[in-house]
Amino acid sequence: MTATESYFSEGTQEMGPRKGASAAELLRESGAVLRLSEAEAARLADLPPEEQEQTMILNMGPQHPSTHGVLRLMLELEGETILRTKPVIGYLHTGMEKTGEVLTYAQGATNTTRMDYASPLFNELVFSLATETLLGIQDDIPERAQWIRMLLCELNRMSSHLLFLATNGMDLGAVSMMIYGWREREETLRLLEMITGLRMNHNFIRPGGVAADLPDGWRDAVLRVLDLVEPRLDEYEVLMNGQPIWRERLQGVGVITAEEAIALGATGPILRSTGVPWDLRKEQPYLRYDEVEFGVVVGAHGDCFDRYAIRLAEVRESMGIVRQILDKMPKGDYRIQDRKVTPPPRARIDESMEALIHHFKLFTEGFKVPEGEVYVAVESPRGELGCYLVSDGSSVPYRMHIRGPSFVNLQTLPHMLRGGMIADAVAVISSVDPIMGEVDR
Amino acid sequence: MAEVPDAEEAAAPEEGGRDEPETRYGVPVTHSRGQVVLHPTREQLVDLVRMLRDDEDFRVCVDVTAVDYLTYEAHRDLPPGMTGERFEVVVNLLSHRRRERLRLRVQVPADDPTCPSLFDVHPGTEAMEREVYDMFGITFTGHPDMSRILMPEDWEGHPLRKDYPVGMIPVQFKGVQNAR
Repeated sequence: MTATESYFSEGTQEMGPRKGASAAELLRESGAVLRLSEAEAARLADLPPEEQEQTMILNMGPQHPSTHGVLRLMLELEGETILRTKPVIGYLHTGMEKTGEVLTYAQGATNTTRMDYASPLFNELVFSLATETLLGIQDDIPERAQWIRMLLCELNRMSSHLLFLATNGMDLGAVSMMIYGWREREETLRLLEMITGLRMNHNFIRPGGVAADLPDGWRDAVLRVLDLVEPRLDEYEVLMNGQPIWRERLQGVGVITAEEAIALGATGPILRSTGVPWDLRKEQPYLRYDEVEFGVVVGAHGDCFDRYAIRLAEVRESMGIVRQILDKMPKGDYRIQDRKVTPPPRARIDESMEALIHHFKLFTEGFKVPEGEVYVAVESPRGELGCYLVSDGSSVPYRMHIRGPSFVNLQTLPHMLRGGMIADAVAVISSVDPIMGEVDR
Repeated sequence: MAEVPDAEEAAAPEEGGRDEPETRYGVPVTHSRGQVVLHPTREQLVDLVRMLRDDEDFRVCVDVTAVDYLTYEAHRDLPPGMTGERFEVVVNLLSHRRRERLRLRVQVPADDPTCPSLFDVHPGTEAMEREVYDMFGITFTGHPDMSRILMPEDWEGHPLRKDYPVGMIPVQFKGVQNAR
C-alpha cells in the first residue's frame, strides 16, 4: 500500500481488491452461505485470474444524494453489472448506547428518540415498554395511555412511509412524487406537533404513560388529516402504479427470497415483500393491537415494487387503525398513578413541600428499577425494533441496547444488488429505506 | 410480551425435584420477567443454535449483543453452578411458526474474550457480531470479516466496555503524523 493510498483509505473496513479475496469470500458474495450448489461453488472458486482483473471498484457515498444520509457503498463492477457490494457504515456514530448508560430511565427516551429520526415515537415506545417490563408495571398502564400511544405510533408510521414514498420517488426521478410525499408528511407532522409540541424527537411516550393528555380539538385535527391524505393516496396510485417507467424501474429489481430474508435477519416490509406475513402487531401484540382490525400486507415477488406497494398499502392500514382508535379512545388517566414513576401534578407542587421534594428527586435522581434484564420488540415502519435493557437496581440502565431494523436490513443490500445494474442500485437502496441515525446510533 | 406459555411443559421431562435446576434442550434455563433465557457454554453455543434452527424452528437470529459486567454489583440471575464472567454475549432468537422468543446468554471470560461465530448458522449475524467486536473487543472465531464497523479503523479501545471513560477523549486526527 502506498503512502497516498493509506492516507485516503479507511483500512480494512473497506472492500478489498478481488485478487486478495479468498475463495470463501467469493462464495459469500454470491450467497453461497444461503443457497449455492457445490458445482457452482467450485466453478466460482477458481475463476481465472484474467477474468478477475476486468472489474472496477466504485465508491458510492457517503456524500451521495440517494444514499439516505451517510451510507457508503463500495461496489465492484464488471461493466455496468454489480458483482460485490460492501456497505461501510459508522459515519453517524455518536455512541448513543454509551450515552444511554449515563442517562436515567426518565431521561432515556430523550436519547433513544433521536436514533430513528423518521419514526422517533417507536424508539420512545420500545424504551418505555422495556423499562415498564423491568419495573413490572406493564399491565398497570392506563387504558387511555395505551390508546394514545397507538394513535401516535400509527400517525408516525404514516409520516414515515410518506417520507419513504417521497424519497423513493426522488431517487428514481419521479420528482413530483417527492413534492407530494413531503407535502402529506408535513400534514401528519403538523398533527404530531399539535399533540406533542414537536415535529420530531417528541420525547412524548415515557415510562409510565405519555407526557400529556391529548389537546382540545385533537379529534377534528386527526379527521382532517385522514380525510386529506386518503384521496391523495389514490392520486399516488394513479401517478405511480400505472406508470410504465415506474414499473420498469422497480419490478423484478432487487429480488430477495423468503429464505434469504429470514437467514439475513431482515424484518419489516423487506420480509413481508417475500410473502412472509410477519408483523409483530399481529403475531405478538403489544399495546392494544389485538383490539383493532387491520391487515398485514404481503408481497409475492420480493422485489422493489412490492416493497413500495406494501408501504403504500400500510399507510392505508394505519389510517384504518387510526379511525378505529378515534372510536375506541377511552377516558381516564394518560399516565400511571404510581408515585414511584410519575411526578406529582403541577398544582400539587405549589401547595405541598413533599410534592416539591418528590418532583425534584424524580427529576434529579430518577426512579430505581429492579435488577434484571429484558428484551422487548415492537414493529417499527422499518421492521423489528428491539430494546435490550440490563438494570443493576439503580436509576440508570446498566446497559441499553437498541436493535435497529435498518442496521440489520442493510445486510440484505449485497444480496439484492448482486448481478443487477448500477442504475438499479439507487432503487434498491431506496427500497430498503435505511435511516442512518438508527444504523450507526 | 414474548410470553412462553409452554416453558414449564417443555421442561417437564427433566423434572426430578424442586432443587433440580431447570433445563431445556440440555441447557440450564432461567426466567427473566416471563422471558425464557438459556445459558449455554461457549462450546455448546453453535450446536445449540443450529439444533434450535433445524429442529425447533427458531429460524431467525434477531439480535446479537453483549454486556460488560465489570462494575455490576447486583445479583446476576444465573443458573446454579454457573459463574458469571466479565462479558456476556446475548443472542435473541425468534420462531415465526411458534411465535416464541428465546434468549441465549453466553459467559465470556475477560482473559480470553472470544466466542464462536454464528455466521455459519445465521448469516444475518455478520454485522451484529462485528458491532460487538467493535464495541466490546470480543472476537468471534470463524467470522469471515472481523473488523470494526461503527468506529474508525484506527480507534483505540472498545467504547462500550465499562472501563472505557465516557468523556475527555483526545480528539483524533487522521493521517497527520508530523504536521510541520
